[in-house]
Amino acid sequence: MTKSAEHFSEFQIALRGFTRNRLAVSCAYALLTLYAGALFAGFFAPYSFQNEDRSYSYSPPTPVKIFDNGGLVVPYVTGTQLTFNEYNARIYVGDPEQKYPVRFFVPGDEYRLLGIFPCRYHLFGVAAPGRIYLLGADARGRDVFSRLLYGAQVSLSIGLIGVLISFAIGLLVGGISGYYGGRIDNFLMRLCEMVMMVPGFYLLLALRAAVPDNFNSLQVYFAIIIILSFIGWAGLARIIRGMCLSLREREYVLAAKGLGLSDVKIIVRHILPHTLSYSIFAVMLSIPGYILGESGLSLIGLGIQDPYASWGNMLSDAMSIVRIKFAPWILWPAFCIFLTVVCFNVIGDALRDCLDPMLKSEGENT
Amino acid sequence: MWRYAFKRLLVAIPMLLGIALLTFVLMRVSPGNYLDTVRMDPQFSKETIARYEQLYQLDKPLFYQYVQWVRNLLHLELGYSFYYNVPVDKIIGERIWNTFVLALAAFLVTWCVAIPLGIWAALNRNRFVDRVIQFFSYIALSLPSFFLGMILLFWASQTGTLPLGGMHGPDYESLGWLGRRTDLLKHLAIPTVALSIGSIAALQRIMRGNMLEVLEQKYILTARAKGLSERRVVYHHALRNAINPLITLLGYEFSSLLSGAALIEIICSWPGLGSLMLTAVRSKDVYLVMASMMMGGILFIIGNLLADIALARADPRIRYD
Amino acid sequence: MSSNLLVVEDLTVTVAQKKIVSAANLEIPFLSVTALVGGSGSGKTTMGLAILKLLPLGFNVQQGRIWFDGREVLDLSEERMRLLRGKEIGMVFQEPLYAFNPVFSIGGQIAEVLRVHTPLNLCQRRARILELLVLVGLPNPQRVVGNYPHQLSGGMRQRAMIAQAIAAGPKLLIADEPTSNLDVTLQAKIMELFRKLKDELKLSILLITHDLGMVSHMADRVAVMTQGRIVEQGMTKDILKDPQHPYTRTLLETIKV
Repeated sequence: MTKSAEHFSEFQIALRGFTRNRLAVSCAYALLTLYAGALFAGFFAPYSFQNEDRSYSYSPPTPVKIFDNGGLVVPYVTGTQLTFNEYNARIYVGDPEQKYPVRFFVPGDEYRLLGIFPCRYHLFGVAAPGRIYLLGADARGRDVFSRLLYGAQVSLSIGLIGVLISFAIGLLVGGISGYYGGRIDNFLMRLCEMVMMVPGFYLLLALRAAVPDNFNSLQVYFAIIIILSFIGWAGLARIIRGMCLSLREREYVLAAKGLGLSDVKIIVRHILPHTLSYSIFAVMLSIPGYILGESGLSLIGLGIQDPYASWGNMLSDAMSIVRIKFAPWILWPAFCIFLTVVCFNVIGDALRDCLDPMLKSEGENT
Repeated sequence: MWRYAFKRLLVAIPMLLGIALLTFVLMRVSPGNYLDTVRMDPQFSKETIARYEQLYQLDKPLFYQYVQWVRNLLHLELGYSFYYNVPVDKIIGERIWNTFVLALAAFLVTWCVAIPLGIWAALNRNRFVDRVIQFFSYIALSLPSFFLGMILLFWASQTGTLPLGGMHGPDYESLGWLGRRTDLLKHLAIPTVALSIGSIAALQRIMRGNMLEVLEQKYILTARAKGLSERRVVYHHALRNAINPLITLLGYEFSSLLSGAALIEIICSWPGLGSLMLTAVRSKDVYLVMASMMMGGILFIIGNLLADIALARADPRIRYD
Repeated sequence: MSSNLLVVEDLTVTVAQKKIVSAANLEIPFLSVTALVGGSGSGKTTMGLAILKLLPLGFNVQQGRIWFDGREVLDLSEERMRLLRGKEIGMVFQEPLYAFNPVFSIGGQIAEVLRVHTPLNLCQRRARILELLVLVGLPNPQRVVGNYPHQLSGGMRQRAMIAQAIAAGPKLLIADEPTSNLDVTLQAKIMELFRKLKDELKLSILLITHDLGMVSHMADRVAVMTQGRIVEQGMTKDILKDPQHPYTRTLLETIKV
């Protein structure tokens, strides 16, 4: 009982310190919003990620108007016409005669809520042939806002799942290494060093090259997760090992040993729970790496492929400077990536600052 | 110290073999992207194909193939690029150099900016200057480097100040010695900035932390008690100790720069090893991929070795062990 | 005052509202060894640092005056203080391993003092360093000059630290727990060294320590400090024979054991 009580109180202390940091808390809320958006992407997005309309290629965001003839009115969107101005540049002209009121809980493209339940209702939308592009449209007339949400599903989940796998491997390797010390420790740490030292992106590319061509999107998705975990476990393993090294001298570990508990049991039940609360900041700080890794791969066309949306592959469009000039809204995914990474960094740092004094005092107790 | 360097070299060798093994395994593991596709391509004569079959001992069991692969590497026989239709060593040399130039430029910029910045922040701890630097560092750390690259290219296109990618201008050949250097620097500017911003932010934070820690040490008090000027105390006594731990990072720094360079090369059209590898991967040009990977690994190990030697020189506790 | 090298009058040093040194008075006559005795937390190190105006961040001198060789110290500008430090007042610290800069050679660190405070040229400095190392009793001074702090033993390091402190010929040497980390035989040797230096170099020594045994062997005068206050001060033989303050009496019990 004492062990778990001790473990929880450390966590609670950290949590209390964390909640005092307003910046970190706001970042946490921002992340929760993003993840909620991703989870219920089908519902929040007015269109499916594949819903395209080429007559709206690179359409700017459709302004949502709330005034009509001087009076306040239900928000509506005007129909737009694609024309060319005197320089033959593409412009979209609003047609004030065609009004499409924004409605809520509208039926639209079919999707699966939470991946399981088929559903047709979306939070908001407009009746066809009106289109509502909150953040503009991409080359094929697909709604950027909708694709951002679907992209969030991919980019954010890869980050989470990837880091969980790496963490699991890291716990295993770090735990064994830190607990046993000596030759095993030496060998495992050399191995970690070697993995950490190989230039990440090259390894990423090479591993990706090994993935067979005939994988479908889902398989590519998992392959990417596995590849990213393969690169990322070493850093976490080292941190965990450091903690285990200092923890194994604690009294309760020696007591457990005296009681004759097997090594495995000691590691799993006594040491690892402690490292969990401490390593959470390391986990937070490494998630951005996975998100950036996936974005980088998708950006150059080796990650998630069209028509599926990921923040990275949405940006491959933005590699052309001309397009950025005429359709700057295609940079939204980059901003989303940036926002996500900032939030994880702030939270990770805040957690580390809370846990640091405890980490230090832990070291002194041994 | 030479014993230390020798020990590090010994560690490097299994690493290289490890990378070679990894590359080899990856290429064999991936089905259906081997010489089979090439065999069907009428471009390549039967003789060329037969030659490579022989060179790589494709009829022998896997272990022999691996040994042969390593032996070929040692003879610098890097294979044939079916995409570019030339032996690999013709293209790879120049690309390696280009990547090295970019990584080196970013490395120099990072260190020359981050160290003074970190010192400045530490000496003005928690004052306005420090807070501003930390704020921008946070942003720089979180900004994806490819995003920064895109923005910089966009800005360059709007203002016309810097070239939009590539390594040489169209009239490179006709420029004189100074002209060529200036042209190179202009092309180097955007990729270097995009590549180094993240490293600058990270290194600055570490430097600041180290300086603050060092300034708390007893020997700083001794230095002051000796009547030394504050300048000497900070820039001679404190700095030397604060920088030492960073030298251990030199190796990882170089690796992360090499790695980050790959993506930046692709975005800024810089003709380096990274963009070569990308083309190779996209076109399933197997030997090119393997060679690029090995080269990347070697460049990386050399960088680390140099960093280790620098560390041994800098810290007398290691030197005289 | 004229026969005193150092006079501290009514010194109060605070940090975050707490008084570390409270209305302390101290007199160090010329050519004497004065001991400042107290347990840990008594404020004795802080007093030593206050004399050199090297108090850590957050520490403030709330009130008091310090005279060194007739000059008021606390009013001096930082530049003037630097002329004092090393040149007229030298300081030796408790843990020479951490008090020496690990990345520079012993010779280099001693040379710094000479470079800043004396007009000696390079050759003269080299010669002087060797002289100093011999003076403090270090065998093989040629080797020590090139050695790094971690290459010397504890006792040798402390001697080197003393050499560094007296290099510019100061009048006062402040020694903060100079032997606490050394074993007993080394302690005796270092004490002997201090005695020798005091005689040969006409040095006054402020010995900050918690070891009354050392005090009885070494010091002419002693000041007893506890909780920031100097509770008793005078000639060693008087205090030891007839302690007035209860704290002093408790301290003396410890060496009787």
